[in-house]
Amino acid sequence: MFEAVSALQGASFNAGIAEVRELGLRGMITLRGDLTDKKLIKAVKGIAGRIPEPRTVALKDDDGAAWMSPDELLLMVPHADVLSTIETLNASLKGTHFLAANVSDARAVFEVFGPHAREVMAKLAPVDFSPDAFKMGMFRRSRLAQVPAAFWMNEEDAFTVVCFRSVAEYMFDLLSIAAQAGSEVDAL
Amino acid sequence: MLILECPCCGVSGEETEFHAGGEAHLKRHSVGSTDDQFEEYLFMRENPHGVHFERWRHNNGCGKWFHAARCTTTLEVFGTYCAQTYEPPKEIKDAISARRPGWSWRNFS
Ligand SMILES: [Zn+2]
Repeated sequence: MFEAVSALQGASFNAGIAEVRELGLRGMITLRGDLTDKKLIKAVKGIAGRIPEPRTVALKDDDGAAWMSPDELLLMVPHADVLSTIETLNASLKGTHFLAANVSDARAVFEVFGPHAREVMAKLAPVDFSPDAFKMGMFRRSRLAQVPAAFWMNEEDAFTVVCFRSVAEYMFDLLSIAAQAGSEVDAL
Repeated sequence: MLILECPCCGVSGEETEFHAGGEAHLKRHSVGSTDDQFEEYLFMRENPHGVHFERWRHNNGCGKWFHAARCTTTLEVFGTYCAQTYEPPKEIKDAISARRPGWSWRNFS
Protein backbone atom coordinates (compact mmCIF):
# COMPACT_ATOMS: atom_id res chain seq x y z
CA MET A 1 0.00 0.00 0.00
CA PHE A 2 1.01 3.59 -0.48
CA GLU A 3 0.09 6.63 1.51
CA ALA A 4 -1.01 9.82 -0.21
CA VAL A 5 0.94 12.90 0.85
CA SER A 6 0.58 16.54 -0.11
CA ALA A 7 3.32 18.19 -2.17
CA LEU A 8 5.10 19.94 0.70
CA GLN A 9 3.79 17.84 3.59
CA GLY A 10 2.50 20.76 5.58
CA ALA A 11 5.40 23.18 5.16
CA SER A 12 4.96 26.48 6.98
CA PHE A 13 6.57 29.91 7.20
CA ASN A 14 6.02 31.87 10.42
CA ALA A 15 8.82 34.43 10.49
CA GLY A 16 7.25 37.25 8.51
CA ILE A 17 4.39 39.73 8.25
CA ALA A 18 1.91 36.92 7.58
CA GLU A 19 1.96 33.19 8.14
CA VAL A 20 2.01 30.78 5.22
CA ARG A 21 1.04 27.16 5.55
CA GLU A 22 0.49 24.30 3.17
CA LEU A 23 -2.86 22.84 4.15
CA GLY A 24 -2.27 19.24 3.17
CA LEU A 25 -4.51 16.92 1.24
CA ARG A 26 -7.92 18.11 0.21
CA GLY A 27 -10.40 16.23 -1.95
CA MET A 28 -11.13 18.21 -5.10
CA ILE A 29 -13.48 17.37 -7.93
CA THR A 30 -13.84 19.30 -11.15
CA LEU A 31 -17.50 19.24 -12.09
CA ARG A 32 -18.38 20.46 -15.56
CA GLY A 33 -21.90 20.68 -16.88
CA ASP A 34 -24.97 22.87 -17.15
CA LEU A 35 -25.06 24.71 -13.82
CA THR A 36 -28.79 25.37 -14.25
CA ASP A 37 -29.61 21.67 -14.63
CA LYS A 38 -31.97 20.53 -11.84
CA LYS A 39 -30.19 17.23 -11.24
CA LEU A 40 -26.82 18.94 -11.07
CA ILE A 41 -28.07 21.62 -8.66
CA LYS A 42 -29.51 18.94 -6.41
CA ALA A 43 -26.28 16.93 -6.45
CA VAL A 44 -24.16 19.97 -5.59
CA LYS A 45 -26.54 20.99 -2.81
CA GLY A 46 -26.01 17.57 -1.30
CA ILE A 47 -22.29 18.33 -1.04
CA ALA A 48 -21.92 22.07 -0.48
CA GLY A 49 -25.40 23.02 0.73
CA ARG A 50 -25.99 25.31 -2.25
CA ILE A 51 -24.80 26.23 -5.74
CA PRO A 52 -22.36 29.15 -5.53
CA GLU A 53 -23.24 32.35 -7.37
CA PRO A 54 -20.80 33.46 -10.08
CA ARG A 55 -17.38 34.43 -8.65
CA THR A 56 -18.20 33.10 -5.17
CA VAL A 57 -17.54 30.04 -3.05
CA ALA A 58 -20.13 28.14 -0.99
CA LEU A 59 -18.59 26.54 2.10
CA LYS A 60 -20.14 24.06 4.50
CA ASP A 61 -17.73 22.87 7.21
CA ASP A 62 -14.88 21.19 5.31
CA ASP A 63 -16.94 20.80 2.16
CA GLY A 64 -17.53 23.42 -0.46
CA ALA A 65 -18.20 24.38 -4.04
CA ALA A 66 -16.41 27.17 -5.88
CA TRP A 67 -17.61 28.84 -9.10
CA MET A 68 -14.83 28.34 -11.66
CA SER A 69 -16.56 29.38 -14.89
CA PRO A 70 -20.09 29.42 -16.38
CA ASP A 71 -19.92 25.65 -16.84
CA GLU A 72 -17.53 24.51 -14.12
CA LEU A 73 -17.48 24.11 -10.34
CA LEU A 74 -14.71 22.96 -8.04
CA LEU A 75 -16.15 20.67 -5.38
CA MET A 76 -14.20 20.25 -2.15
CA VAL A 77 -14.63 17.29 0.20
CA PRO A 78 -12.37 15.43 2.65
CA HIS A 79 -9.61 13.65 0.72
CA ALA A 80 -10.83 10.22 1.81
CA ASP A 81 -14.34 10.90 0.46
CA VAL A 82 -13.43 11.82 -3.12
CA LEU A 83 -14.02 8.49 -4.80
CA SER A 84 -17.34 7.87 -3.07
CA THR A 85 -18.46 11.44 -3.88
CA ILE A 86 -17.63 10.90 -7.56
CA GLU A 87 -19.58 7.63 -7.51
CA THR A 88 -22.55 9.46 -6.03
CA LEU A 89 -22.26 12.21 -8.67
CA ASN A 90 -22.01 9.67 -11.48
CA ALA A 91 -25.12 7.91 -10.22
CA SER A 92 -27.22 11.01 -9.58
CA LEU A 93 -26.25 12.75 -12.84
CA LYS A 94 -26.65 9.69 -15.06
CA GLY A 95 -28.13 10.70 -18.41
CA THR A 96 -27.05 14.37 -18.20
CA HIS A 97 -24.07 15.82 -20.05
CA PHE A 98 -21.42 16.33 -17.37
CA LEU A 99 -17.91 15.49 -16.21
CA ALA A 100 -16.76 14.76 -12.67
CA ALA A 101 -12.98 14.38 -12.47
CA ASN A 102 -10.83 13.74 -9.42
CA VAL A 103 -8.17 16.48 -9.40
CA SER A 104 -7.24 16.18 -5.69
CA ASP A 105 -3.69 15.04 -6.28
CA ALA A 106 -3.11 17.57 -9.05
CA ARG A 107 -3.60 20.51 -6.67
CA ALA A 108 -1.82 22.13 -3.73
CA VAL A 109 -3.62 24.24 -1.13
CA PHE A 110 -2.12 27.01 1.00
CA GLU A 111 -3.31 29.36 3.68
CA VAL A 112 -1.99 32.90 4.12
CA PHE A 113 -3.14 34.47 7.34
CA GLY A 114 -2.45 37.35 9.68
CA PRO A 115 -3.13 41.09 9.67
CA HIS A 116 -0.98 41.61 6.55
CA ALA A 117 -2.40 38.69 4.55
CA ARG A 118 -4.13 41.07 2.12
CA GLU A 119 -0.82 42.78 1.40
CA VAL A 120 0.97 39.52 0.75
CA MET A 121 -1.69 38.57 -1.78
CA ALA A 122 -1.73 42.05 -3.31
CA LYS A 123 2.00 41.87 -4.03
CA LEU A 124 1.50 38.81 -6.20
CA ALA A 125 -1.85 39.02 -8.00
CA PRO A 126 -3.26 41.71 -10.34
CA VAL A 127 -6.36 41.92 -8.18
CA ASP A 128 -7.75 44.66 -5.92
CA PHE A 129 -7.41 43.31 -2.36
CA SER A 130 -8.63 46.39 -0.52
CA PRO A 131 -11.28 45.46 2.07
CA ASP A 132 -13.98 47.23 0.04
CA ALA A 133 -13.16 45.26 -3.10
CA PHE A 134 -12.22 41.75 -2.00
CA LYS A 135 -14.72 40.39 0.52
CA MET A 136 -15.61 37.24 2.34
CA GLY A 137 -17.37 34.73 0.11
CA MET A 138 -15.73 35.99 -3.08
CA PHE A 139 -13.81 33.51 -5.18
CA ARG A 140 -11.27 34.65 -7.73
CA ARG A 141 -9.20 32.85 -10.34
CA SER A 142 -6.16 34.82 -11.41
CA ARG A 143 -2.42 34.42 -11.23
CA LEU A 144 0.11 34.74 -8.43
CA ALA A 145 3.31 35.98 -10.07
CA GLN A 146 3.88 33.50 -12.91
CA VAL A 147 1.36 30.76 -12.16
CA PRO A 148 -2.44 30.40 -12.22
CA ALA A 149 -4.13 30.30 -8.82
CA ALA A 150 -7.57 30.53 -7.25
CA PHE A 151 -8.24 32.08 -3.87
CA TRP A 152 -10.85 33.17 -1.38
CA MET A 153 -11.05 34.29 2.24
CA ASN A 154 -12.00 31.73 4.86
CA GLU A 155 -12.22 34.46 7.41
CA GLU A 156 -11.07 38.07 7.52
CA ASP A 157 -7.26 38.09 6.97
CA ALA A 158 -7.10 34.38 6.10
CA PHE A 159 -6.80 33.47 2.42
CA THR A 160 -6.95 29.99 1.00
CA VAL A 161 -4.92 29.61 -2.21
CA VAL A 162 -5.25 26.69 -4.64
CA CYS A 163 -2.70 26.05 -7.39
CA PHE A 164 -1.35 23.19 -9.47
CA ARG A 165 0.63 20.67 -7.44
CA SER A 166 3.51 20.88 -9.93
CA VAL A 167 4.15 24.49 -8.83
CA ALA A 168 3.58 23.95 -5.09
CA GLU A 169 7.16 24.71 -4.12
CA TYR A 170 7.23 27.82 -6.30
CA MET A 171 3.99 28.98 -4.69
CA PHE A 172 5.27 28.38 -1.16
CA ASP A 173 8.50 30.28 -1.88
CA LEU A 174 6.57 33.08 -3.52
CA LEU A 175 4.16 33.52 -0.60
CA SER A 176 6.98 33.27 1.95
CA ILE A 177 9.10 35.89 0.18
CA ALA A 178 6.10 38.21 -0.19
CA ALA A 179 5.56 37.76 3.55
CA GLN A 180 9.15 38.26 4.67
CA ALA A 181 9.79 40.26 7.81
CA GLY A 182 9.95 44.01 7.38
CA SER A 183 8.18 43.99 4.00
CA GLU A 184 5.00 45.76 5.10
CA VAL A 185 3.70 48.23 2.54
CA ASP A 186 0.73 49.44 4.61
CA ALA A 187 -1.08 50.46 1.43
CA LEU A 188 -4.34 48.57 1.93
CA MET B 1 -2.03 48.44 -19.78
CA LEU B 2 -5.38 47.12 -20.98
CA ILE B 3 -8.22 46.55 -18.54
CA LEU B 4 -10.59 43.96 -19.97
CA GLU B 5 -13.89 42.73 -18.60
CA CYS B 6 -14.46 39.08 -19.38
CA PRO B 7 -18.06 38.74 -20.63
CA CYS B 8 -18.10 35.06 -19.59
CA CYS B 9 -17.28 35.33 -15.88
CA GLY B 10 -17.68 39.07 -15.29
CA VAL B 11 -14.18 39.62 -13.90
CA SER B 12 -12.44 42.90 -14.71
CA GLY B 13 -8.76 42.21 -14.97
CA GLU B 14 -5.64 43.68 -16.44
CA GLU B 15 -4.11 42.18 -19.54
CA THR B 16 -1.65 39.80 -17.84
CA GLU B 17 -4.63 37.77 -16.65
CA PHE B 18 -5.61 37.27 -20.31
CA HIS B 19 -4.01 36.01 -23.49
CA ALA B 20 -4.36 37.71 -26.85
CA GLY B 21 -5.71 35.46 -29.59
CA GLY B 22 -5.22 37.57 -32.70
CA GLU B 23 -7.61 39.29 -35.05
CA ALA B 24 -11.34 38.72 -34.64
CA HIS B 25 -14.00 37.71 -37.15
CA LEU B 26 -11.73 35.93 -39.62
CA LYS B 27 -13.42 33.68 -42.12
CA ARG B 28 -11.68 30.35 -41.96
CA HIS B 29 -11.35 29.51 -45.64
CA SER B 30 -10.44 25.89 -46.14
CA VAL B 31 -11.84 23.04 -48.27
CA GLY B 32 -13.31 24.38 -51.50
CA SER B 33 -11.76 27.85 -51.23
CA THR B 34 -9.41 29.40 -53.77
CA ASP B 35 -5.68 29.83 -53.16
CA ASP B 36 -6.25 33.58 -52.80
CA GLN B 37 -8.92 33.08 -50.15
CA PHE B 38 -6.72 30.64 -48.27
CA GLU B 39 -3.79 33.05 -48.40
CA GLU B 40 -6.08 35.80 -47.10
CA TYR B 41 -7.14 33.62 -44.18
CA LEU B 42 -3.62 32.51 -43.32
CA PHE B 43 -1.63 35.70 -43.72
CA MET B 44 -3.62 38.86 -44.32
CA ARG B 45 -4.29 40.87 -41.17
CA GLU B 46 -5.48 44.34 -40.34
CA ASN B 47 -2.94 46.57 -38.63
CA PRO B 48 -4.93 49.68 -37.83
CA HIS B 49 -4.12 52.88 -36.00
CA GLY B 50 -7.32 53.05 -33.96
CA VAL B 51 -10.37 50.82 -33.77
CA HIS B 52 -9.52 47.13 -33.78
CA PHE B 53 -11.29 43.85 -33.05
CA GLU B 54 -9.50 40.98 -31.36
CA ARG B 55 -10.02 37.59 -29.78
CA TRP B 56 -8.86 37.16 -26.18
CA ARG B 57 -8.84 34.26 -23.77
CA HIS B 58 -9.25 34.56 -20.00
CA ASN B 59 -6.41 32.08 -19.50
CA ASN B 60 -5.62 32.93 -15.86
CA GLY B 61 -9.31 32.98 -15.04
CA CYS B 62 -12.40 31.21 -16.31
CA GLY B 63 -10.53 29.93 -19.38
CA LYS B 64 -13.11 31.14 -21.91
CA TRP B 65 -12.60 32.91 -25.23
CA PHE B 66 -14.29 36.22 -25.99
CA HIS B 67 -14.05 39.23 -28.32
CA ALA B 68 -12.79 42.70 -27.52
CA ALA B 69 -13.11 46.00 -29.41
CA ARG B 70 -10.40 48.49 -28.56
CA CYS B 71 -8.24 51.33 -29.81
CA THR B 72 -4.68 50.35 -30.70
CA THR B 73 -3.31 53.86 -30.13
CA THR B 74 -4.90 54.77 -26.79
CA LEU B 75 -5.60 51.24 -25.42
CA GLU B 76 -9.16 52.37 -24.72
CA VAL B 77 -11.44 49.34 -24.59
CA PHE B 78 -14.83 50.02 -26.20
CA GLY B 79 -16.32 46.77 -25.01
CA THR B 80 -16.05 42.99 -24.84
CA TYR B 81 -18.55 40.50 -26.18
CA CYS B 82 -19.38 36.85 -26.69
CA ALA B 83 -17.07 34.66 -28.81
CA GLN B 84 -19.98 32.94 -30.55
CA THR B 85 -20.72 35.63 -33.14
CA TYR B 86 -19.59 36.51 -36.67
CA GLU B 87 -19.74 40.25 -36.11
CA PRO B 88 -19.74 42.80 -33.29
CA PRO B 89 -23.16 43.33 -31.69
CA LYS B 90 -24.97 46.64 -32.12
CA GLU B 91 -24.19 47.95 -28.63
CA ILE B 92 -20.45 47.51 -29.25
CA LYS B 93 -20.67 49.31 -32.60
CA ASP B 94 -22.68 52.09 -30.93
CA ALA B 95 -20.10 52.38 -28.14
CA ILE B 96 -17.33 52.77 -30.72
CA SER B 97 -19.34 55.32 -32.73
CA ALA B 98 -19.81 57.38 -29.57
CA ARG B 99 -16.05 57.61 -29.11
CA ARG B 100 -14.78 57.39 -32.72
CA PRO B 101 -17.47 58.80 -35.05
CA GLY B 102 -17.10 57.57 -38.62
CA TRP B 103 -14.93 54.57 -37.75
CA SER B 104 -14.67 51.57 -40.04
CA TRP B 105 -12.85 48.24 -39.85
CA ARG B 106 -12.96 45.70 -42.68
CA ASN B 107 -16.69 45.44 -43.52
CA PHE B 108 -17.90 46.93 -40.26
CA SER B 109 -18.67 50.55 -39.51
ZN1 LIG C 1 -13.54 35.03 -17.57
